[in-house]
Amino acid sequence: MYYSGFNLLKQALGGNRGWTRAWRNPEPKKQYDVIIIGGGGHGLATAYYLASMHGITNVAVLEKGYIGGGNTGRNTTIVRSNYLLNPNSQFYEHSMKLWEGLSQELNYNVMFSQRGVLNLIHNDAQRDGFARRGNAMRLNGVDAVMHDLEGVKKLMPHLDFSKNTRFPVQGGLAQPRGGTARHDAVAWGYARAADRLGVDIIQKCEVTGIKRDGDRVLGVETSRGFISAGQVGVAVAGNSSRVFGMVGMKLPIESHVLQAFVTEGIKPLVDTVCTFGAGHFYISQSDKGGLVFGGDIDGWNTYAQRGNLPTFNHVVAGGVTMMPCLARLRVLRQWGGVMDMSMDGSPIIGKTPIDNLYMNGGWCYGGFKATPASGWVFAHTIANDKPHRLNAEFTLERFREGRMIDENGAGALPKAH
Amino acid sequence: MLRIECPWCGVRNEDEFSYGGDATVERPADDASQDDWYDYVYTRANPAGRHREYWHHINGCRAWLTVERDTMTHEIFSTEPTSASLPQPQRKTGSL
Repeated sequence: MYYSGFNLLKQALGGNRGWTRAWRNPEPKKQYDVIIIGGGGHGLATAYYLASMHGITNVAVLEKGYIGGGNTGRNTTIVRSNYLLNPNSQFYEHSMKLWEGLSQELNYNVMFSQRGVLNLIHNDAQRDGFARRGNAMRLNGVDAVMHDLEGVKKLMPHLDFSKNTRFPVQGGLAQPRGGTARHDAVAWGYARAADRLGVDIIQKCEVTGIKRDGDRVLGVETSRGFISAGQVGVAVAGNSSRVFGMVGMKLPIESHVLQAFVTEGIKPLVDTVCTFGAGHFYISQSDKGGLVFGGDIDGWNTYAQRGNLPTFNHVVAGGVTMMPCLARLRVLRQWGGVMDMSMDGSPIIGKTPIDNLYMNGGWCYGGFKATPASGWVFAHTIANDKPHRLNAEFTLERFREGRMIDENGAGALPKAH
Repeated sequence: MLRIECPWCGVRNEDEFSYGGDATVERPADDASQDDWYDYVYTRANPAGRHREYWHHINGCRAWLTVERDTMTHEIFSTEPTSASLPQPQRKTGSL
C-alpha cells in the first residue's frame, strides 16, 4: 500500500482497519540468486538496491532475530559526512546525498533531520586540524563551516563558556547538512521497499554454516534448513568474525561494545548534534525530547550487547564538563551494541578470497550514517562482481598491502579507533 | 564492571586496568614471511567465548597479567602473571 496523505485520510475515515502489513513474512525458498546474511539497515539496503538498481529480485535477507534489532536499533542516529580522508569523505558524502532523498525514494518517512553537526574546538592545534579537515571536506564538495566562539554560542548556548573551565571552547567546525534520522524507520523503510520489489525478508532464520565447494559458496545452512545461493553477501557487523569463521577466514577485526544513553524527555534544549573536542562525547535530542548521547567504546573484546559502569562514568564526565546543565537530568535508558572494530577504523566492503562471497563489515562507530551508501555500493559489488569506485579502497587486502584508511592515525589498535 | 584478580594485589575494579588485547598472537621472527607479519599485526581470532588476553594493572602494581575471560558472559576463569621473570605472587584472596 502506497503511503500518502490521501491514503492516510482514507484509512482514517475507515477506522484505520484497512492498513496492510508493511512486508510479507515468507517461507524461505530452496534457492536464491543472492542471499544477504544480516537483516539490519545495511543488509536490507543492499537487498533494496539489488532489486531497484540492478534488477536482481530473487533475493533473500536472512536475519537471526528481527530486522533492525541489532546495531540499526542501537546507535545514536547521527548522520554526517565530515571526514578528512578522500575514500571516507567521498563514500560518506554519497551516503549523505542518498539520505537527502531517502524518504521520497522509499515512500517511508525516515525522519531525516538536517539539524547540523558541530564539533567543538578547544585549543589552537585542534583549530588547525579542524581547519584542515574543513578544507578537505569542501574540496570534496562537502559543506563545512568554521565557527568562532560567538558562532558556537549561538548554536549551543548551554555549553560551559566560563573562563575557568579546564577546556575552554574556542570555536567549532560545523557540517550544516548533517543531522539525525529515525533509525528503526530506516530498517523498516528499506524492508518495505525491498519487499515490494520481490525480496524475501526472512526473520528468525539464523545462519549456522556456509557450504562450500572449493573457492565457491553453494549456499547457507540455517536454523530453517539449507538454502542454496548464487552469491552470498555478509552484512553482520559486530559478528563478522563469527560468520567468516564459518569459512575459516580470520579478519582484521575485534568485537567491542559501544554504549548509548538517553535521558528523560525534556523541552527542546539541543537543536543540533554537538561533539566535545576535549574528550569523547556526542549529544543530540530526539523528537520525543530525550537527550541521546554516547562516547567511547568499553575498550575490550566482547560480544555481550550491554555496557559497563566505568565507561558510563567516563562518558557522563565528559558530557557534564561540556554542558554542566546535563548534571540535573536523569538517565532513562542505557544499551550497548557490538561493533566490528577494524584495524584502521574504516569499513571493509568488497570481495573476499572466496569467489561468490562478499563482505560488508568493520563499521566501527560509523555504520548507521553509512547505511544507504553501504547498501548501494555493496549491491553494485555483488551485481557486477567488482567494487564501485566509491568502495574500491575499502578492501580486505588493504591491511596486507599497507593501504590503511586510518582517519585517526591510531594504528592497528582497534580500541583506539 | 569487570572485577579482575591481580595475583599480587587481589581483586580490583576494571578501571585500575588497561586492556592489552589478544594474548594468543605471537611475534614472528624478524625474517618471517609477509603473511606471518600480516597475521601478527592485523588478524585476530576474535572468539565468541573463551579469550586469552592481556591486562595491564596500570593504576596498581603495573604488572602485566594474562587473563582468560568469556567474551559472551564476561566470566573470568584465570589470571596469571604474564612474565615468568617477576617474583611469583603470594595470592591474596578476598576483595577490597
